Amino acid sequence: MSDITAGRAPRDPYRLGRSHSHGLISATGHGEGGPASKFVTVAYGFWIFLLSDIIMFSAFFAAYAVLSKATADGPTGKDLFELTRVAAQTGLLLTSSFTGGLATLATHRRSMAAAQFWLLVTGLLGAAFLFLEVQEFATMVNEQAGPSRSAFLSAFFALVGCHGTHVGLGLLWLGTMMAQLWVKGFRPEILRRVHCFSLFWHALDIIWVAIFTLVYLLGVSS
Amino acid sequence: MLGKLDWSAIPFDQPIPLGAALVVFLAAAAVLIWITLKGYWPYLWREWITSVDHKRIGVMYIVLAALMLLRGFVDAIMMRTQQALAIHAPGYLPPEHYDQVFSAHGTIMIFFAAMPFVIGLMNFAVPLQLGIRDVAFPTLNSVSFWLTATGALLVNISLVVGEFARTGWLPYAPLSETTYSPGVGVDYYLWSIQISGVGTLLTGVNLVTTILKIRAPGMGYLRMPMFCWTSLASNLLIVAAFPILTATLAMLTLDRYLGFHFFTNEAGGNQMMFVNLIWAWGHPEVYILVLPAFGIYSEIFSTFSSKPLFGYRSMVAATMFICIVSFMVWLHHFFTMGAGADVNAAFGIATSVIAVGTGVKIYNWLFTMYGGRVRFDTPMLWALAFVTTFIIGGMTGVLLAVPPADFMLHNSLFLVAHFHNVIISGVLFAAFAGFTYWFPKAFGFRLHEGWGKAAFWFTLAGYVLVFVPLYIVGLLGMTRRLQHIDMDLWTPWLMVAAFGIAVMIVGAACQVMQLIVSIRHRDVLRDETGDPWDGRSLEWSTPSPPPVFNYARLPHVENEEPYWTVKQRAVDDQAPEIEEGYEPIEMPRNSPTGFVTAFFSTLIGFALIWHIWWLAIVGFIGAYITFVVFAWREHGDYEVPASEVERIDRGTRAAQLAWMRRRERPA
Repeated sequence: MSDITAGRAPRDPYRLGRSHSHGLISATGHGEGGPASKFVTVAYGFWIFLLSDIIMFSAFFAAYAVLSKATADGPTGKDLFELTRVAAQTGLLLTSSFTGGLATLATHRRSMAAAQFWLLVTGLLGAAFLFLEVQEFATMVNEQAGPSRSAFLSAFFALVGCHGTHVGLGLLWLGTMMAQLWVKGFRPEILRRVHCFSLFWHALDIIWVAIFTLVYLLGVSS
Repeated sequence: MLGKLDWSAIPFDQPIPLGAALVVFLAAAAVLIWITLKGYWPYLWREWITSVDHKRIGVMYIVLAALMLLRGFVDAIMMRTQQALAIHAPGYLPPEHYDQVFSAHGTIMIFFAAMPFVIGLMNFAVPLQLGIRDVAFPTLNSVSFWLTATGALLVNISLVVGEFARTGWLPYAPLSETTYSPGVGVDYYLWSIQISGVGTLLTGVNLVTTILKIRAPGMGYLRMPMFCWTSLASNLLIVAAFPILTATLAMLTLDRYLGFHFFTNEAGGNQMMFVNLIWAWGHPEVYILVLPAFGIYSEIFSTFSSKPLFGYRSMVAATMFICIVSFMVWLHHFFTMGAGADVNAAFGIATSVIAVGTGVKIYNWLFTMYGGRVRFDTPMLWALAFVTTFIIGGMTGVLLAVPPADFMLHNSLFLVAHFHNVIISGVLFAAFAGFTYWFPKAFGFRLHEGWGKAAFWFTLAGYVLVFVPLYIVGLLGMTRRLQHIDMDLWTPWLMVAAFGIAVMIVGAACQVMQLIVSIRHRDVLRDETGDPWDGRSLEWSTPSPPPVFNYARLPHVENEEPYWTVKQRAVDDQAPEIEEGYEPIEMPRNSPTGFVTAFFSTLIGFALIWHIWWLAIVGFIGAYITFVVFAWREHGDYEVPASEVERIDRGTRAAQLAWMRRRERPA
């Protein structure tokens, strides 16, 4: 490298966007530092995917906002939503995020028993959340308040159901990953997946907080 | 057992689709039999179908795009001839078939011709230009490609099994609801776009991560080639816009399959919400296509003018400006919705403002040529034709951005002429230019110049002859999508347009001939140095075709034109780079994951279109098993030993040395 550059200044007079004045050394994955590590690349890519997922949810949120008053003389959120159940769901999901965090810490300590235990707790809390959601949907459909009743209910079932589907797929992923961790141990690629799963699970939390606020709390207040 | 599928789905009573399907089927069968007889299957499976090499995947994208481009072109020929024949007459296409033809034309051209072409070029060139070995997620890349191919397959199955949508290329509600479109046409549209859309989204994630996180040492953001910048902008738009498409089509799917009321007339559904949502994706989509095209033109203007790109930094700024503002103009697709004068004015101004960013680019290209030593090879001809004709399309676009003018012109052939004007010169010419430009890199020989120039002139002439008359009949009041015509005033112009499409057919034939002639004479057209155009960016520093790992050593980048600098230095000093030791290279292993995923998604898509629920469940289980098997595999990577790297690199260096000796020392 230095043999080539010796005696000739690089033809790049402005050096805009480059804080350090000479030399090529900076952290990998930034500016001139060369390719990032596999871990950083995977986590970064997964972040980008999560952002796109959040944009998809934002379209469902927008549709819900547009249609939330279009009840077609059918039941409104005030008639249908049961805040106790929703509070329980919120508690379950937020706690599962916390236990998911504990599982990540256990993988950092390379403690298989603790990691599996906390992943299992995370999964069970997620499953309990999903059970309550299915129960809510079933109750509403039985009360003639299914998604075909009105545009408002269509938007509600689609938005909340989309989140529920994500939780369900997350559980499938979690189960597969626990089996992998059990069989293969703390390999780099497994640790990357645990990390991505934890990002995914926290993102679902964030979306649930928005649903809880914008759908349920605003729904019963108006 | 087979849901809605029975023998009535096959159009035995309609000779045109049946005949077309028969021809396609026989051609495909002939190709498959030929491959089998020659024993090429193991080679194809090993080297292409399961390949995770970004160059191979890029080439496969472009092959898919070229085939779909021909299919969409046939639809275009049918529309032009129908309108020429159906003056005071029924023509040869009945209305329900004509509606499918224009819907399929738009859908195929945007989703399965333009998108794969642009994505294929990005896949091929971006990692090479960044000086790296592959994209961030090579297997995911293969999955993306095969999902796109699944979508294309489903659209083409609709030609013979069932029908395609009659709703236009964007299935506006409520026309696309079950009340008015009870058949499977819209379902074919929904599932093929949904599946290929997932592939596109994954490509976006992949390329954004690649460009932002994996670049050769020394390549800061402001040293990236312009094509990488525009690809970054385009893929950011994919990540931000395609989820909206996914959500919108999911809502329409819920309406059609489960009786939801997002966009229906009854129960509070809102049709204008569909139009808003679909264009919130649809307008960024325009820039997803055209930004990489701008990048291709930037590379070509600079290379063939033998000058650095003029105003590199302003080009970067203009690109990112367009990237952001493209999300703020969607309402100009439906000024007539009735949003009111204030809203329309805001969107009209935003639309005009986007032209400023594009104007900056146009001037930069012109100044790049100014004072340069311009070479008129085929890629440069496409680029020159682009600049001259795109400006006209841009200006009619600014005219349409004025709401009062749009009230007069919307839904007319003037609009159709406008968007074909910009998309053909903007995207299609760029695709052809990029294809000619990077073909030698991909295959090690150039395309035949004579046939390339013939293709260029016929395509350009045909394109002008088709769309200038359409502008005129649009101003004369002709609306789009007319199946028959009772207005004598339009007749001469429709005849000129029909003649124009004949000229374009000659152009397309020249393209095919160019490929055949070039392959036959590949030894004459061989590119020994890897640098056939006297290029400036890194991709020209590797041999043509590049080895699987692209670069024996990751290049160190010192400025915006790394390879040009290296070449000048080598010629100045009459000495090549100093040799260093070689190290083993770790490369991703081939994987059938993409192909198997696409197989199951084809099953899922077809099953859902025809309501064959058990098959859909089988498909989902298969897809999950594929995921587990992929996640469980032991060795994702293999190592290319240092001796092998050295052996491959030696040959390149010898050729480059010979080139350097031939080149005179500049004064």
